Amino acid sequence: MLDYFPNILFLIALIVGIGFFTRNIRKVVRNIKLGREIGEVTDKKERWGNVVRIALGQSKMVVRPVSGIMHIIVYVGFVIINIEVLEIIIDGIFGTHRIFSFLGPVYDWLIASFEVLALLVLVAVVVFWIRRNVQRIKRFMNPEMKGWPKNDANYILYFEVVLMMLFLTMNATDHQLQILGAEHYSEAGMFPVSNFMLPLFSDMSVDTLVLVERIAWWLHILGILVFLNYLYFSKHLHILLAFPNVFFGKINPKGQFSNLESVTNEVKLMMDPNADPFAAPPEGAETPAKFGASDVMDLNRVQLLNAYTCTECGRCTSECPANQTGKKLSPRKIMMDTRDRLEEVGKNINKNGEFKEDGKQLLDDYISREELWACTTCNACVEACPVSIDPLSIIMDMRQYLVMEQSAAPTELNVAMTNIENNGAPWPYNQMDRLNWKNEA
Amino acid sequence: MSESIQVPTMAEYMAQGKQPEVLFWVGCAGSFDDRAKKITKAFVKLLHNAGVDFAVLGTEESCSGDPAKRAGNEFLFQMQAMMNIQVLNGYEIKKIVTACPHCFNTLKNEYPELGGNYDVVHHTQFLRDLLNEGRLKVEGGKFKGKRITFHDPCYLGRANNEYEAPRELLRKLEVELVEMKRCKSRGLCCGAGGAQMFKEPEKGDKDVNIERTEEALETKPDMIAAGCPFCNTMMTDGIKAKEKEEEISVMDVAEMIANAEDL
Ligand code: SF4
Ligand code: SF4
Repeated sequence: MLDYFPNILFLIALIVGIGFFTRNIRKVVRNIKLGREIGEVTDKKERWGNVVRIALGQSKMVVRPVSGIMHIIVYVGFVIINIEVLEIIIDGIFGTHRIFSFLGPVYDWLIASFEVLALLVLVAVVVFWIRRNVQRIKRFMNPEMKGWPKNDANYILYFEVVLMMLFLTMNATDHQLQILGAEHYSEAGMFPVSNFMLPLFSDMSVDTLVLVERIAWWLHILGILVFLNYLYFSKHLHILLAFPNVFFGKINPKGQFSNLESVTNEVKLMMDPNADPFAAPPEGAETPAKFGASDVMDLNRVQLLNAYTCTECGRCTSECPANQTGKKLSPRKIMMDTRDRLEEVGKNINKNGEFKEDGKQLLDDYISREELWACTTCNACVEACPVSIDPLSIIMDMRQYLVMEQSAAPTELNVAMTNIENNGAPWPYNQMDRLNWKNEA
Repeated sequence: MSESIQVPTMAEYMAQGKQPEVLFWVGCAGSFDDRAKKITKAFVKLLHNAGVDFAVLGTEESCSGDPAKRAGNEFLFQMQAMMNIQVLNGYEIKKIVTACPHCFNTLKNEYPELGGNYDVVHHTQFLRDLLNEGRLKVEGGKFKGKRITFHDPCYLGRANNEYEAPRELLRKLEVELVEMKRCKSRGLCCGAGGAQMFKEPEKGDKDVNIERTEEALETKPDMIAAGCPFCNTMMTDGIKAKEKEEEISVMDVAEMIANAEDL
């Protein structure tokens, strides 16, 4: 029985780790579903193409080559080293040692490539850290990055260093044990990187080596489980959500903003010469929905998914004309605020069973009007986002709320809109003068 | 050239039982703004020159609704859109060309759902096609060898992925085309979009058009080419603020073609 103790312990760790993770993901899904439903999802083929190109293929990352290529290294490292994790899980449950080693030379090459990747990841992570903390690249220094977002980004980097070091230590000690011909440590794998760590362990006894190897092995897998559970609290959730997010991302031309259906119906009614303007609304007609968005529940599910997916990279903000000229608006902040408010609403639901009015909302409490009115709708943020997030759509929905529910547009805009209404142009000219230019030499 | 240019309206065409090849959607800026009217007239010259059978809506045209929509007034936008669609559908319009990227985008992308389905092109695309069909001849003329940088309008470029049409035209003018640091899909906005044209900017360090003008000036251009009446105004204001209006002018691509040969 005692022989199986590690296996049982491992299984428990695995179940607890994955169990908590599932609970977190459920929360994310529940919160996203607080948003308005989206219509039928069309153009699936194009969407899958985007997933392959943009999410899997990271096509938008390399627009900025330095960070893009390093990100690809970390990403490929992450994906491929996960094959190793699969082996670790099987070994952990069944008490085997390097179960995939029957693959022979293929296995050797696999392990070798994991090691090379691990080294590259280490290098990339160090560079990332320097960019954030020494070089202090501008897009990481905006006001919304103070406190938790900054720490979060660094924690992830530290995590990755520790995991990679544990992985290499595990391999080095394993290799040394193989060299010593220790029982259970059958020869398998090729260790081009951890080879260089061998001298560190050459004086150790078999027992010490086994101990170090086991500790590294355990910490590595436990670390991965902890990391998995850290995702929910972190911008790092993007490693999972980037895929569905890109799938649901906008595929229409960027300039095409959606038309509000509820408005279409009303306008049609108004323009129908046969409609009786004083007729009571038909029996059972829904009270007109709220126009636009003042809180997260007014946004749609894709917009909320966007918020959870945002990795706070700031590529959007660094291309935003408003932000670059010192205005308060930052599209990244729009996404971060949306997520923070959604989380707040989620916690409120956890506590009360259902949402209890808390006297707060996304508008004003998180996103100010000044930010919303600074946007030029230029789509630079949408174009820049490597995971197909659309901050502009949230800005537009909130403007709609301000204008249509609150009549709270800036005065000059009200003037322009009155002009459009009365003269068919944003300036006070008479529509009858529209063709005068042809007679002006 | 006579005082008044020949600009037939749809109503006149209808009366004669004719359909034009294309409807020229002039837009509010093109109709009323003094600077933009020059672009309108230049474009009309080119249409005549290429023998294009076109008409305008004249007094039946109304704001496309773009600024209302981007300001958040969906109601006003859809009112404008439906009114325009009624007129356009009444005339059985098939193809529309416009020199305003905002009208272009709205008519092309946002009208179909509301019942307005037309083949909508930007004037730089239309001119490019005329060129390729051999209906319009463009040669260097007085812009040959001039250093020119093109400012991408957001609603033509990023919004609708058209970066090449205006550049092709400029190449035909045999100019020395120089690109700004941020161009094409990463081009910086001039600051006018999203109804900003009609309001004061929010507090900041700088106005967007100044930032963009400075970037354009970095290319040491003889001229700045634009493809949007609003960008044109913004960049012209920027140049004035930099006190460079004596040396550097801002011109629409259509104006450049029309002026190249003094048509
Ligand atoms: S669309 Fe608005 S938020 Fe996005 S980059 Fe342009 S100005 Fe900034
Ligand atoms: S919205 Fe996209 S580009 Fe902007 S910070 Fe988030 S992930 Fe980065």
